[in-house]
Amino acid sequence: MSAGAKSSTEAYVSDTGVSTGRRSAIAAAWLVFGALLLVFPILFSNPTVTTIAVFTLIYMTAATAWNGFAGYSGYIPLGHAVFFGVGAYTMALVSLHLNLQGGYEMFALVPLAGVAAAVIAVPFGLIALRTRRHTFVVITIAVFFIVQLLAFNLGFTQGSSGVQVATPLWTAASFNDRFYYAALVILLIAVLVSWGIRRSRFGLQLLAIRDDEDRARGLGVKVQRVKLLGFVLSGVTVGMVGALYAFFIGQIYPQFAFDPLFDVTIALMAFFGGLGTISGPLLGALILEPLQQYLTLQYSVGSLYLIIYGALFLIVILTMPRGIIPTIGDRLAMRRAERLGREESPSAAPVSPPVEVAPFSGAAR
Amino acid sequence: MSALLEVEGVSKSFGGLRALSLCSLSVQRGSIAGLIGPNGSGKTTLFNVVTGYVRPDAGSVTFDEKSITGARPDEVFALGLGRTFQLTRIFARLTVLENMLVATQRNEGWLRSIMRAAASPAEQRRAMELLDFVGLARLSATKAGTLSYGQRKLLELAYVLVADPAVILLDEPAGGVNPTLINEIRERIVALNREGKTFLVVEHNMEFVMGLCHQVTVMHQGSAIVSGTPDVVRADPRVLDAYLGGGEEEDRDDVAVG
Repeated sequence: MSAGAKSSTEAYVSDTGVSTGRRSAIAAAWLVFGALLLVFPILFSNPTVTTIAVFTLIYMTAATAWNGFAGYSGYIPLGHAVFFGVGAYTMALVSLHLNLQGGYEMFALVPLAGVAAAVIAVPFGLIALRTRRHTFVVITIAVFFIVQLLAFNLGFTQGSSGVQVATPLWTAASFNDRFYYAALVILLIAVLVSWGIRRSRFGLQLLAIRDDEDRARGLGVKVQRVKLLGFVLSGVTVGMVGALYAFFIGQIYPQFAFDPLFDVTIALMAFFGGLGTISGPLLGALILEPLQQYLTLQYSVGSLYLIIYGALFLIVILTMPRGIIPTIGDRLAMRRAERLGREESPSAAPVSPPVEVAPFSGAAR
Repeated sequence: MSALLEVEGVSKSFGGLRALSLCSLSVQRGSIAGLIGPNGSGKTTLFNVVTGYVRPDAGSVTFDEKSITGARPDEVFALGLGRTFQLTRIFARLTVLENMLVATQRNEGWLRSIMRAAASPAEQRRAMELLDFVGLARLSATKAGTLSYGQRKLLELAYVLVADPAVILLDEPAGGVNPTLINEIRERIVALNREGKTFLVVEHNMEFVMGLCHQVTVMHQGSAIVSGTPDVVRADPRVLDAYLGGGEEEDRDDVAVG
């Protein structure tokens, strides 16, 4: 008995029985992906392409950060544009008051924007996280519109006339590259945080909350603290890319810094790629953001992408409701199981069922 | 007195409904106490009050000579009072082992909880031992959502044990479970009780309760009406009244007929 228990423990340690061969294949895929991101601006120097690339990185980061809370906890916030806007305004207003001229020192304001986002995220989370499910979604949207209204009307934001951000005096050829690598650094942080959460005790508690919050409470999980922490962490990262966005764009207005479509977009990216996975939001943003930018440039109709998004969303919901990554993962697992079944004698069926029977019931939560 | 858990004069109303009315109950250290009563008599509400899910309007709950009235569920669990639910509640999309690890208690700050892995080897070993105890060790890597109803009951018992609670409250451990498994669950409870664990069991299966419990309390309309050994409770006419409808004068006939 104890021998059986021991071997199962070891199976868990090696990531619930994932074979080492498959693990190294996954690691290799991540390395190749990282290397491609690293050399991308060298391969493609066209400023139109690199501009799209910077926006794509920003959205990959935002979707990853959003998923780091929503995907793990099951709470679906649609007010993260608050953090994006707070980050953007922190960059714009602080650089304005410090009279910064748009050099590298501007990047030092990015972590500050993260802190500003955290300062907003704490009371926001304390209010919104008292509610659950649909009410939570509605509260986050309401808070978002309140903050957007404040950005329009508070004196220090300069209202609808917006804020100009100092333009760096970098050459046109290398201009985008600096933003690209700055965004890549933030993305790296976001992915590492998301990965770290996944394997930490805190992450396990978030996942427990997703499945049954009340039961988790009864097992000693301090649910309010865990939820608030997850919410704030994801807000900080979104605030940081908001700051980078403001610096990159050069001027910000309330309706663009606090854009209701921002949340729809990052949520769609995470759902599209696979909610609760690490690679899902990256893939979702990698597909959808260039598509949006391309359509906007090509047809100069700013809202065409929304129609395309809607159609894509419908297709995904109908054909792979859990998103691309989990669906592909399931298919591969199924194929592997079939192959194993063929190799072994049919009577020696594996004890543990290899196919997950876990419907994605949490999609609507 | 060696009462480990003491409920005194607890009342709770939901709107106009008086779910608990001056309910008192005490559970002796090292005993298996039963709590029975017709549907809607307030058993589960009493559980919810004791474990912090529901705040009582009046009265007090004392555990190990400390007041836990109005404490949060996570605090109650950390103090050593675990419970299972009437309809089993497990984390369906986590593996069986991960379910166990959720219940692992650690005294650590939020930063440490982010930085440290979900479970240390010692915590995993302990979880596997308990899974072995309830016979689920071989399923440790499967998703808990694939377990059968009976297996879920066992898992729920196992992860409550992770924190090594002094008192375990079981809400209908034998409900909807086949006879073989009922025996298995009974054996586990008896074994744990021999190790010194105290139990408070809500159950409708009379045979199960009367055979298992040292002390049985009967609830009716939000109050504990009778308390005593199974034999005493079985013989008390008020218990029959409670089960067969109301105890009002006009219902006496029905009792006689039944």
